[in-house]
Amino acid sequence: MSVLVYVENWDGKFKKLSFELVSFASETAKMMNSSVIVLSIGKVEDSELKKLGDYGAGRVLALENELLATLDSQAYSNAIAEIVLKTGSKVVILSNNNTGKALAPRLSVRLKAGVGSGVSKLPLSTDPFVVYKRTYSGNAFARVEIRSPVKILTLAQNTFHLTETPGNAVIEKIELPEEITGSTKVLDTKKQSGKILLTDADIVVSGGRGMKSPDNWGPLLELADALGGATACSRPVSDEGWRPHEEHTGQTGKIIAPNLYLAVGISGATQHLAGVSSSKYIVAINTDKDAPIFEAAQYGIVGDAMKVLPKLVDALKKR
Amino acid sequence: MKILVCISNVPDTTTKIRFSEGNTSIDTAGVQWVINPWDELSLTRALELKDNSSAGVKSVTVVHVGPASSEPTIRKALAIGADDAVRVNAESKDAYYVAAQIAEVVKKEQYDMILCGIESSDYNGSLVGGMLAEFLGIPSVSSVSGISVEGGDTVLTREIDGGKEVVKVPAPFVAVVQKGIAKEPRIAAMRGIMMARTKQIRLYEPLSVDPLTAVTVFEKPEPRAACKFVDPEHPEQLIDLLQNEAKVI
Repeated sequence: MSVLVYVENWDGKFKKLSFELVSFASETAKMMNSSVIVLSIGKVEDSELKKLGDYGAGRVLALENELLATLDSQAYSNAIAEIVLKTGSKVVILSNNNTGKALAPRLSVRLKAGVGSGVSKLPLSTDPFVVYKRTYSGNAFARVEIRSPVKILTLAQNTFHLTETPGNAVIEKIELPEEITGSTKVLDTKKQSGKILLTDADIVVSGGRGMKSPDNWGPLLELADALGGATACSRPVSDEGWRPHEEHTGQTGKIIAPNLYLAVGISGATQHLAGVSSSKYIVAINTDKDAPIFEAAQYGIVGDAMKVLPKLVDALKKR
Repeated sequence: MKILVCISNVPDTTTKIRFSEGNTSIDTAGVQWVINPWDELSLTRALELKDNSSAGVKSVTVVHVGPASSEPTIRKALAIGADDAVRVNAESKDAYYVAAQIAEVVKKEQYDMILCGIESSDYNGSLVGGMLAEFLGIPSVSSVSGISVEGGDTVLTREIDGGKEVVKVPAPFVAVVQKGIAKEPRIAAMRGIMMARTKQIRLYEPLSVDPLTAVTVFEKPEPRAACKFVDPEHPEQLIDLLQNEAKVI
């Protein structure tokens, strides 16, 4: 009856996303009077695995095997499915990030388990099992009933709080259930270093066409720096090549849910809002008081970004 | 090499979403239907590969699971340049149901490269591509932002959290594609629109499959509180609000 949650690691370390997942899994298990099993795949030190216990993990299964050194969705989902069956888990939880999106659908078919993808809240009920998910790119939400005996949920990043519960995780090293080999081969990896990842960031400062020229980005970068945030941009800006494509947030770009999203010179087209509407707070700075971004924002400044941004940076420095 | 592109029929992304009585489905009155944006980009990339003779692409087929009313969207894909199309004559019940139907088509027709968009703009599920690969027992690579075919090998670029990976994958495979795969969606030219009229849409009757999930009700997002405006001459007041009222900095 347990709830199994898969947590990936980044060079042997977990991040906030991993702890959000464990917190979410613990709370879901509580609703079902059940317990949580965490599955970690890859090389992670015991001291790092122990941290999962602080968020409600009682049992941590650690699987380390060369055959799973790179993400081969077939090999990974076969391994995870075997562990789900062995542990008799009834709910499987993954992140709705790139990895979760690669694995959840394959697991679904293998386990004949319905998926609630991109959920942002605890299940509304567990019998029947109903989850709440974003649809129509944030223009609607749906209650989805999962009718299969085993259920899979993928949790939207940055939407669930961390619940620290002092506990002690028991770590069990496990072996691959069977010889599993993948068919894909990773030839090269390019990692972004140093910068805060846009999808991980609590604060995001984003610029649109209203910034007028790529040469005007200085004050925006300074503000992001002063706030300890990441930078983003709207689609026209990345299409023009003013900013790298990795920064494009919106329906077809990255979908983010930071605590604070500062939209500078962004009018707020439906497609842009689709990527940022789950942000807890939206602040808009725009010269056009009728821009639709102000309907989505809680705080706004009608004014010229070039004048407003330096003042904000000054005010932050004086804090 | 034969390429199959899976396409979904979705309301235009600027559509104001309204629900029908009882909030169990969307009100389709006045809705403009389009090819799901990511599927349109997949199709564009498939056609680019076909245009490049060294990739050795023989044909690009599109497949859609939907009723006859979605044929205009399939015709649009044919007008953009797909060679032919398959329609499975069924209303979508859930991602599992759709993937099972497409799997049957692939089993009968054999494709080397199958492209699916990373999500549909209506259900935002990110499921059909991976499910299809598992039904077929073939490899899948997700979050793909680049495809190249060189000397018979297919090399994909996929996005990972905080970077990219270059992955070699043996055919047949499913690539679940996202932004970056093609620059701009290809637009149908008049000649393409004329030619599309004579292209074949092959009809499959659906397999009986029980869906695993069902939408019970739709809801509108909670309305946000009205925007509080700060004097542009005193933007430091914004910092104060963010710190003491919103408590986000």
